[in-house]
Amino acid sequence: MKHLLSVDDFADRPAIEAMLDLTERFVAVSRREIRKVPALRGRTVVSLFFEESTRTRLSFETAAKRLSADVMTFSVASSSVKKGESLLDTVRTIEAMGVDAVVVRHSAAGAAARVASWTGASVVNAGDGRHEHPTQALLDAYTLRSHRGPSLDGCRVAIVGDVRNSRVARSDVKMFHALGCEITLVGPPTLLPERLGGWPVTVAHDLDEVCGEVDVLYMLRIQRERIDQACFPSLREYASRWGLTPARMARCKPDTLVMHPGPMNRGIEIAAEVADSARSLVAEQVANGVAVRMAVLWTLLGAGGTVV
Amino acid sequence: MTARPQPAPTSDPPGPGAGGVVRPGPVVLRSRVFDADTLRRAVARIAHEIVERNHGAGHVVLVGLYTRGVALARRLAAAIAGFEGVEVPVGALDVAFYRDDIGLRPVAPLGPTEVPDVSGRVVVLVDDVLFTGRTARAALDALLELGRPRAVQLAVLVDRGHRELPIRADYVGKNLPTKVTEDVRVRLAETDDGPDGVEIWGPEGGEG
Amino acid sequence: MSELLVSGGRVLDAAGERTADVRVVDGTVVEVGPGLSPGAGALVLDASGAIVTPGLVDLQVHFREPGREDAEDVEHGARAAALGGCTAVVCMPNTEPPLDDAAVVEAVLARGRRSACDVRVAGCITKGRAGRELAPLGELYDLGVRIFTDDGDCVADAGVMRRAFEYASALPGAVLAQHAEDPALVRGGHMNEGEWSARLGIPGRPAEAESTIVARDLALARLTGGRYHVLHLSSAQSAQLVREARAQGVRVTAECTPQHLVLTDEACATFDPVFKMNPPLRTARDVEALRGALADGTIDAIATDHAPHAPETKEQPFEEAPPGMLGVETALAVVWTTLVEPGVVSPARALEALSWAPARIAGLDAAGHGGPVEPGRPANLCVFDPAHSWVVDAHALASKSRNTPWEGWKLTGKVRHTILRGRPTVRDGALA
Repeated sequence: MKHLLSVDDFADRPAIEAMLDLTERFVAVSRREIRKVPALRGRTVVSLFFEESTRTRLSFETAAKRLSADVMTFSVASSSVKKGESLLDTVRTIEAMGVDAVVVRHSAAGAAARVASWTGASVVNAGDGRHEHPTQALLDAYTLRSHRGPSLDGCRVAIVGDVRNSRVARSDVKMFHALGCEITLVGPPTLLPERLGGWPVTVAHDLDEVCGEVDVLYMLRIQRERIDQACFPSLREYASRWGLTPARMARCKPDTLVMHPGPMNRGIEIAAEVADSARSLVAEQVANGVAVRMAVLWTLLGAGGTVV
Repeated sequence: MTARPQPAPTSDPPGPGAGGVVRPGPVVLRSRVFDADTLRRAVARIAHEIVERNHGAGHVVLVGLYTRGVALARRLAAAIAGFEGVEVPVGALDVAFYRDDIGLRPVAPLGPTEVPDVSGRVVVLVDDVLFTGRTARAALDALLELGRPRAVQLAVLVDRGHRELPIRADYVGKNLPTKVTEDVRVRLAETDDGPDGVEIWGPEGGEG
Repeated sequence: MSELLVSGGRVLDAAGERTADVRVVDGTVVEVGPGLSPGAGALVLDASGAIVTPGLVDLQVHFREPGREDAEDVEHGARAAALGGCTAVVCMPNTEPPLDDAAVVEAVLARGRRSACDVRVAGCITKGRAGRELAPLGELYDLGVRIFTDDGDCVADAGVMRRAFEYASALPGAVLAQHAEDPALVRGGHMNEGEWSARLGIPGRPAEAESTIVARDLALARLTGGRYHVLHLSSAQSAQLVREARAQGVRVTAECTPQHLVLTDEACATFDPVFKMNPPLRTARDVEALRGALADGTIDAIATDHAPHAPETKEQPFEEAPPGMLGVETALAVVWTTLVEPGVVSPARALEALSWAPARIAGLDAAGHGGPVEPGRPANLCVFDPAHSWVVDAHALASKSRNTPWEGWKLTGKVRHTILRGRPTVRDGALA
C-alpha cells in the first residue's frame, strides 16, 4: 500500500482486518511507559492541513512521533497558499524538502488524491471535503471491534444525521459494510445523499423506528449553516427528531453503543447524558486514533520495504 | 535468527549487511544437525547453565523472540521448573519496530509483545539461531524500553557465525560453522510440522 | 491574380458529396469539378484521400481577451481554431471587462482581423453580465454582433429575459443564447448531481437546473416570438424540451459540445479538474439522448465551449478549479472518431453540425462561411483526412493552455489544410 486515500484502497476485508490487528500492537505500545518505538527513525512526515483541525493533526503528529519519525507541520495560515499558490506548487515545495509521507487535510474532495498524483511520497488522506476520512473509519472499526468483535458480521449500525455532507459517513459506510455490518442511514431527506444507487445501505427518516433495532448509533455532527441552506428549520426541531436524547436512548436495546466522530454538539445531535454514558465510545474513539494512525504510517512507510 | 525457507519476514538477511541474496538455483537439504533427542538434550543443558550461572533461577526472566524463540523460552522454563522447582516467568518479544532494515525489505510484526516486569531481574533473551546479530541488537533495544533489567543474557540453540555486530551468546546449544549462502532451519513441534530438528539447507550442487 | 487548386479530394457540403477539385481565384471559388488542371503559377493543395468541406464554424469559444491573456488570446485561439479546421468562431463575452460595450467589442474584433480565422463575438445580454439591465444590444448589433448571451452565467431573472427577447426581436437575425443553469439550483455545485457526485462527496448541479431554465426560456420565446439558442445543451430532458418546442414552431436552436456527446460524470472520479465544466458532464443516459438529438437534428450544431485555463488554476482540487475545457482544435477529430466512425451520425450530418448549421445560426452564412462549395462563394474550406490517426498531446496544441480532456486519446481524422478566403491558414497539418 503506497497511499491511503480512501477505504477503497484496502483490497479486501482481510486487508482491513490486518490493519486493525496491527493497530492492536500500537495500542500496546501506547499503553507502555515509553510510548515510542524507533520504527520510522529518519523518516519525515509532513502534516499539510488546509483546513484547521487541531484534533486530527495532533493525532497524526503524535502517531508519527511515537514511531520516531520527524514531523513537519505545514500550516496554511502561515503559508503562501493564501497568496494564491496552487496546490501543485505547494506539493513541489514540500517535496523539495524531502518528505516520506504527507498527511493531507483539505476542504475539497479529492485533494489528497491530487497530491498523491504529484508526489513520490506516501499520502494519507486526513479528510478531503465531503469525500472520505479513512483513518476515522479505521478507528471507528477498531473501537467497535474491541467491543463487538472480533467479527462484526451482522452488527446493525445506524448512521444518523448529515450523511450528505459527511466524509466520515462515506468512509464508514464502506468500512462497516466491508466488515459485514448492516447499515441504515437515518436523517432528514435534505441531509441524505440525493442518489444512493450502489450504496450498501437502507434508509430511514424516523429515528424512533430505528433506534430500538440497532446495535450501534453513529451520530454525525450537525452544522448550523445547514439551516441557512434550508435543510431543516431549526436546531430545536432537528434535536427533537434526529437527536439522541436520553428518552430515545432508553428505548434502545440495553447493549446499544453510541459513537460520534467529534467534536460533539451536546444537546443537539447527542444529549450530554448520552455522550457521557457508559454506552458511549466517544472517548475511546479519540484514544484509538493515535494507534490507528501509527498502524497506517507504519504500513505505508515501514512494512512495505521499498528503499526511497 | 535464521534465514528460513518460508516467508519469514523478521529473519536476518543472509548476506553481510545486504538486503537479501538472490539465490541462483533451488536449495536442497545438506545435513541434519540435530534430531529431536539431541535438541532436547541441548535445551536441558542450556537450562542447567542458566540456573548455574545465575546461582538459581529466582531472579531470572526468560524472554523469547518470535517465533521459535518464544517456544524455546517456554521449553527452558519447563525444564527449569522440572529440576529446580522454580516457575520462571516467560515473556514474548516482537522486535519488528526495532529492526535496522525497516524500509529495506518487508517487515511485519509477528505477535504481541508480552513481557513480565523485568526491572532488577536477569533477562535471558532466547532465540533459535544467532547469525548476524542484528535481531539480538533490536531485541536489546526493544527490551530496554520495557524496563531496566539487572543484566541481559542471550541463549540460542544454534550459533552459525557470520556476526555483523559485536554480539555473542551466553548459552549456545551448538556452534555450527556454515556458509553465508546456507540456511539453518530449526523445526519445533510448537511452530512447525513434524518432529524437532535442525537442518542445513544450501544451493543445489554447491560443495558440501 | 492568385489561383489555388484543391486537388484530388471529395467535396462534402450541404449540396451533397462528390469527387471534385476546387479552383479558387482571388479568394473566391470559381470552379468545382473533377480533373481540374492548375493554371500557371497556381498553388496546388493535395486533397487525395481527404474530404473537402466548408470551413468549420465554432459557435462558442473563449479566447479570454481581454483580461486573461495568460490563459488564451485571440491570436493563439484563432491558430488553434484553424488547426481544428475552423474558418470562423464566435467568442463568448465573459471576459474582463465583459463584451457589453462597443469599444471593447471593437477592440476584440480588431485583434481578430489579424488572426488565422474570422473572429466574431457574442455580446452580453445584460450589463456586466449581472442579469439586471440590458446591455447596448443595438450598438453591438451595429458592429455585427448577432448572438447575445451572458454565458458563464444564466440570465436568471425571467422578467429580464423576457424584455431581452422583446427588445432583440427588433434586430433581424439576432438570437439570445442562454447558459441554461438556474443559479439557485447549482449554487455550490461542481459536477453533475447523480450517483457519482453522491459517491465522491462533490456537491452536484442537477440536470433540472438546465431543463427548468430551458423550459422557461422556450415559454418566453413562444410568448415573445424571439429567437432562442441553447448553449452547450447537456441533458436528455433539455433535448426533449427543444424537440417538442420546435415541433410547435418555437424559434429555437441548440448546440452541444463534443465532451457532452462522449464523456460522462464518471470521469470526475479521477478528481482531475480537467473534467470539470459548466454545465457538467452528465450520465451515460444523457450522452445517449444527446447523440440521438444530434442525429435527428434537434441539436443543430456542435460547438466546443473552448475554455482555456492557465495550468496553475487547474492544479487545484476539483472543487477549487475553474470549469472549462479546451476543444476547438480537437472537435472534428473527436466527433469523427466517436460519432461518425461508429455510425452514430453520418459524415454529412456531422459536418453540417460543425459548419453550415452553426454558420446559419450565427448569421455567418452571409459572410461566406458554411458553404456551399460552389462558384461565386468565398473560399472558406476545410480539407481533412478522415483516416489519419493521431494521439492528442496537450503540449502540442496551439492553445496557450493545456486543459484538454482528450489527452492521450488516439483520434482518427485530422485537418490537412484550412483555407480562409482562398489563403491557406493551415497547410499540410501545420500553421501556414
